[in-house]
Amino acid sequence: MGVSGNAIVYGDNISTDLIYPGRYTYILLTKEQMAEHALEDLDPGFKDKDAHGCILVAGINFGCGSAREQAVKCLKEKGIRAIIAKSISRIYYRNCINEGLLPITCPEAVDEIRDGDKIEIDVDNGLVMVRNQKFCFPQYPAYVRNILDCGGLIASVRQELKQQNGGKDNASD
Amino acid sequence: MGKTIAEKIIGNHAGYEVCAGEIALCSIDLVMMHDANGPLAVRAFREMGGENVFDPEKVVVVFDHCTPPSNEKLSNIHAFLRSFVKEQNIHFYEGGRGVCHQLVAESGWASPGSLIVGSDSHTCTYGACGTLSTGLGATDIATALLTGKLWFKVPKTLRVNLKGLLPSMCDAKDIILYTIGTLGADGCNYASVEFYGEYLEHCTEANRLTITNMVVEMGAKCGFTCHSKLGVQADPDAEYFKTVEIDLTTLEPVIAKPHTVDNMCFIREVEGIPIQQAVLGSCTNGRYEDLEQAAMILKGHHIDPGVRLLVYPASETVLRRAAASGILIDLIDAGATICTPSCGVCVGTLGGVPADGENVISTTNRNFKGRMGNNKAKIYLASPQTVAASALAGRIADPRELIV
Repeated sequence: MGVSGNAIVYGDNISTDLIYPGRYTYILLTKEQMAEHALEDLDPGFKDKDAHGCILVAGINFGCGSAREQAVKCLKEKGIRAIIAKSISRIYYRNCINEGLLPITCPEAVDEIRDGDKIEIDVDNGLVMVRNQKFCFPQYPAYVRNILDCGGLIASVRQELKQQNGGKDNASD
Repeated sequence: MGKTIAEKIIGNHAGYEVCAGEIALCSIDLVMMHDANGPLAVRAFREMGGENVFDPEKVVVVFDHCTPPSNEKLSNIHAFLRSFVKEQNIHFYEGGRGVCHQLVAESGWASPGSLIVGSDSHTCTYGACGTLSTGLGATDIATALLTGKLWFKVPKTLRVNLKGLLPSMCDAKDIILYTIGTLGADGCNYASVEFYGEYLEHCTEANRLTITNMVVEMGAKCGFTCHSKLGVQADPDAEYFKTVEIDLTTLEPVIAKPHTVDNMCFIREVEGIPIQQAVLGSCTNGRYEDLEQAAMILKGHHIDPGVRLLVYPASETVLRRAAASGILIDLIDAGATICTPSCGVCVGTLGGVPADGENVISTTNRNFKGRMGNNKAKIYLASPQTVAASALAGRIADPRELIV
């Protein structure tokens, strides 16, 4: 699997409060509506940016704080393909996997990447390529890779249940 | 090789012995969700084709983030979740009964050796009860609701040795803020933490819950305050990736400055900064013992006229106990506003939103920009004693220097 896109760079300790403010978590919004509030309290200009196909790059502890999954959904819906950070908070990392958004921890690459850089990611070999340099990141365990390949946890659970169910899918879409 | 507590509990729920770094599929003893992230979990549950939860006895819903609702949108979210509760015949706490973590701890669900997941990042709180508990996003919660199972990477474990006992006017909150400040906000990412030391033998269960509540603020998956009566113990030869020692005998009251929890310093370094709002309560410091510590400082005095003091008991049980013992009256006499046992103030969803440029001192667990609902306010985190002293003074104050 390969992903490429231009970098949008932010700093350290970007909390889920900044990615998706708490005031919107209590209303069941559509993914499109969630995308409109993405990064609202950090970068009010993000709303008008064309982030489609971009890769979000950040410092340490990206996604710290609340478990709210909207903080992943809103970026994915906005078109972000992957997140490369120096470190990614545990629940956020897991939520990324569950939403099928690539979470990559690669501090060396982050030090090199500048806003707007073209980045290529080779998921199979665990490589981030930028400015003619290659940086390694740990490959995903098979179980996690399967969730990512399915496009997220909902699809992977449905696939698993379908197999247990002799090929019948309970979900109605 | 001996096992850490996390390795033991995950192994018991996977059905075979596990070591740090492995991935294990575990059975879940309790799935907790609240009115904030619960609705998204229900939506994901439906998208998976879910009709019935795996075991109605092992699911609990709590309304605590937005209660009582301030508008029809929030009321409708509650109505949506109430209908799910009724349809699935699962355990339920209506708004006002308390904060989810306090209710799970009080109810006895958090038993030693059990495995609990919750839709709230502070689900790690029940580590004080010997439970491996951790916060997860909505899709993970939906999977647990449907299948009763989830995958976990077995965490490596950090050991924190607490040396000696705390000086007067220092609190468990100072210990955990100091630990996070020392290790950093991602200093324990993906890991488990085991705390040891004489202090944990003597302190209250409320103190232990304060410590485990905040381990997520240094990135931890789970944490345990280990003492001789805890119903689950690590093996003596368990392997730790790192051991740190914290000398409690020389600890001073500390504070986390805006806008990260690890931005810690001693109170004396920020003394005198004016405050407009003080918050006492929450899943971190809303237990009876916390209110009592604050009431001892506030009793017979009145808060500064420039300060609003908001009190959020962690549960109805705490509120009743505070009413019965009289400390509730002490707090009210001192000028406090007693609020519904709930979490809205901490996360900026209901009540107590500070104005632009205001400073808040709070016993809650997060001071991120925008956390209390206004990204132009500043939040300082501290112990109940420090918050009470500061509310009296109208500025950040060291509780040891109170002239009362």
